[in-house]
Amino acid sequence: MKSKSSNTHMTLHLKVWRQKGPHAEGKLCDYELEGVNPDMSFLEMLDILNQKLILKGEEPVAFEHDCREGICGSCSMVIDGNPHGPQKSTTACQLHMRHYRDGQTIVIEPFRAKAFPVMKDLVVDRSAFDRVIQSGGYISVNTGSSPDGNALPIAKEKADLAFDAATCIGCGACVAACRNGAAMLFVSAKVSQLALLPQGQAERSERVAKMVYQMDAEDFGACTNMGSCAGACPKDISLENIARLNREFMRSMVSGRKSYPRGDGANEGSPA
Amino acid sequence: MAIHLDSKSPTGPIEDRWTNHRFSSKLVNPANRRKHSIIIVGTGLGGASAAASLGEMGYHVKSFFIHDSPRRAHSIAAQGGINAAKNYKNDGDSIYRLFYETIKGGDYRARESNVYRLAETSVRIIDHCVALGVPFAREYGGLLDTRSFGGTQVSRTFYARGQTGQQLLIGAYQAMMRQVSDGNVDMYPRREMVELVIIDGHARGIVVRNLATGELETHHADAVVLATGGYGNVFYLSTNAKASNASAIWRAHKKGALIANPCYTQIHPTCIPVSGDHQSKLTLMSESLRNDGRCWTPKNLGDTRPPSQIPENERDYYLERRYPSFGNLVPRDVASRAAKLECDNGHGVGPSKLAVYLDFADSIKRLGEDKIREKYGNLFQMYEKIAGENPYKTPMRIYPAVHYTMGGLWVDYNLQSTIPGLHVLGEANFSDHGANRLGASALMQGLADGYFVIPTTLTNYIGGTTLSKVTTDHPAFKEALASAKARTSKLLGIKGNKTVDQFHKQLGHIMWDHCGMGRNKEGLQKALKEIPKIREEFWQNVAITGHGEGLNQELEKAGRVADFIELGETMCLDALTREESCGGHFREEHQTPDNEAKRDDKNFAHVAAWEYKGDGKKPERHVEKLEFEYCHPTQRSYK
Repeated sequence: MKSKSSNTHMTLHLKVWRQKGPHAEGKLCDYELEGVNPDMSFLEMLDILNQKLILKGEEPVAFEHDCREGICGSCSMVIDGNPHGPQKSTTACQLHMRHYRDGQTIVIEPFRAKAFPVMKDLVVDRSAFDRVIQSGGYISVNTGSSPDGNALPIAKEKADLAFDAATCIGCGACVAACRNGAAMLFVSAKVSQLALLPQGQAERSERVAKMVYQMDAEDFGACTNMGSCAGACPKDISLENIARLNREFMRSMVSGRKSYPRGDGANEGSPA
Repeated sequence: MAIHLDSKSPTGPIEDRWTNHRFSSKLVNPANRRKHSIIIVGTGLGGASAAASLGEMGYHVKSFFIHDSPRRAHSIAAQGGINAAKNYKNDGDSIYRLFYETIKGGDYRARESNVYRLAETSVRIIDHCVALGVPFAREYGGLLDTRSFGGTQVSRTFYARGQTGQQLLIGAYQAMMRQVSDGNVDMYPRREMVELVIIDGHARGIVVRNLATGELETHHADAVVLATGGYGNVFYLSTNAKASNASAIWRAHKKGALIANPCYTQIHPTCIPVSGDHQSKLTLMSESLRNDGRCWTPKNLGDTRPPSQIPENERDYYLERRYPSFGNLVPRDVASRAAKLECDNGHGVGPSKLAVYLDFADSIKRLGEDKIREKYGNLFQMYEKIAGENPYKTPMRIYPAVHYTMGGLWVDYNLQSTIPGLHVLGEANFSDHGANRLGASALMQGLADGYFVIPTTLTNYIGGTTLSKVTTDHPAFKEALASAKARTSKLLGIKGNKTVDQFHKQLGHIMWDHCGMGRNKEGLQKALKEIPKIREEFWQNVAITGHGEGLNQELEKAGRVADFIELGETMCLDALTREESCGGHFREEHQTPDNEAKRDDKNFAHVAAWEYKGDGKKPERHVEKLEFEYCHPTQRSYK
């Protein structure tokens, strides 16, 4: 897949999902793009396309992007069937055109999931993730009341594991890759991070229950147990986190004293 | 109206000032706080931490941001670390030392009281972030690890691999989400501030454009806080995120907030070099890499051999040679200028010859590849993806790039701008870094301002001010709304034939050539002739497709670039007027025989704050004199 970068410019055939608005019908539109430099990033290639469209008086392709360093989690496109494209551990903004060849056809679509409705072209609404975090993805500590940072030692291995989970960028590729549109990897990363740290213990049981209920309320699907989420994750969040989420959820159901309201407002107590 | 820039700096011993100030500040009864609403624009470290803290206190916070989620703000991309004077390493650190080094690093152009408070607050930030679950790097004993950063000889930088900004921002974001869930913070995603509303001389609200629907909305409050980041994107190419913009501070500036030291720009020494005209942004390689990487260039002019074939004695480790005591860890402004000088003298490497090597071979030999991977793995991976070369085997090629803007809206000790009720946090204000920011101090300032300073100073404002009741029916809102509407239709009505990006690149070239790493009178005067021409052409010939209803990314960009053009002009004017070199502002006419910045303390030991005087009119320069009671200005030396 990896080829040497060269100065020869390429011509690409793009099939891009165009959709005017949330309620409009969308379709794949064909564009031929000349002059693609192998050193360009994938998004810079789309920039060139957009500049050409504007100068022709057509609307450019709307897509989300910001830091272009692979950390903000804004990019949300499916490239040839893969969220963020074909390269492992790589966000769309960090994918470079040196991995494509002259004359290649590339299909570009938005992330597709019931919980992520399309707003326009490649832009989707991922606010469901914020609501899952609001339901319990935090440690309840007010500014001003913290003990010294070194008051509580944390074994390096544990801190490193928590860190591995905390590197999630909230892009939603896991959801887009899942045929059920499940958010298990996203939710498990946050649950793991906070369950592994001593600071997260006080709310450990309550947190996982609330987050899982909210996840269900947001129309994310059930886990397929197939692991396509971890395969698509640009930050290599491990499937182990989902195992930990399931364990934490069971633990919470067995030991939890309270019942938690479902995110949709119906208080149904402990699930079976 | 004559403007008097009163810093409201407390007096007395510097170590007691913040404590005394907190005691003398007005309070608001917890039961009454809910009745007061506060608008916060931006959700980076400053904005998110302020929203969390003010929400916890019980204020009614309304948080506005341009992204889909608060977690996307550009603080997320900060890599290296956050400073705190904990002295956990027992290597002689103290609050006073951090204060002193920040003042010195800023080339004696920052306010002592503010900087001391920043150093004092730094220790509490670490404690709070640990409590929030931020997974900082730890040693095997389970305690927090630190590393060194440029401009300092102690190890006080706390870090989370190369993703410190991400971890700190997610911590603040989660604290803020908790307040959303508790009903203290209302979120307004995908909203861009387009107007500040002033009633009876006080900031009382904003007009925002809903980026998803195109609707213009008005929102009122008892105070407005801007935490909207820096304006490095004036240069088109910078390490800032693509959406980072100056529009919120610029619109506030046009309503009367003075902008201070706009010419102070930080050019970061270690970024991945430009690869071609298609380049849309530049990527930083964290300063922390200079702990283990050595900068060098070939001694022989025109040496095109691959780096591995250049023997040791034909390499010039120019930072170690010129600055033996700080070596590769000199501050950013010094390192950037040194790299530029190497390239200007013909020693540059790579296809463009605008790059130097950052070499890890010695550290890999000493510590092993695994140790280096553990410390910098994600950075090396990022480099390989972008540059297409493996930095474990071949030295990185790096070149300076625009990174941070020390200038920003003028604020007093309370972080209040010249408009009562308008407070400004983090990179959006000018307050703590003087003419050059030390590495790992931006995160520190954002969180100090948001978690610890603004809860006190905003309470002081609300507790000490009698505000009339206003709603968005007030004529001032109607007027601001009409002006925002007119601006949008004007932009959409131009239908020219040059894209927003084309204008932005044109501006960026002028700014980089004449107001970048080296500046001189002739160049700045040229820029001041060119920029108004761009502005004029922009308003006659910009091509924006689509309409105002619904998502229109070109319209968003156009609004921001229009503001960058105006701001760029003020930056050049500021750079031209400041007839000295200091920190990131290097006037080529003012340098020592060995090419170091030469300050003029007699004439320029002051903050220059510009007052907007109308479209196309020359802004008026005001001055806040800087007093140095503790750190007496000397020629900075890192030799």
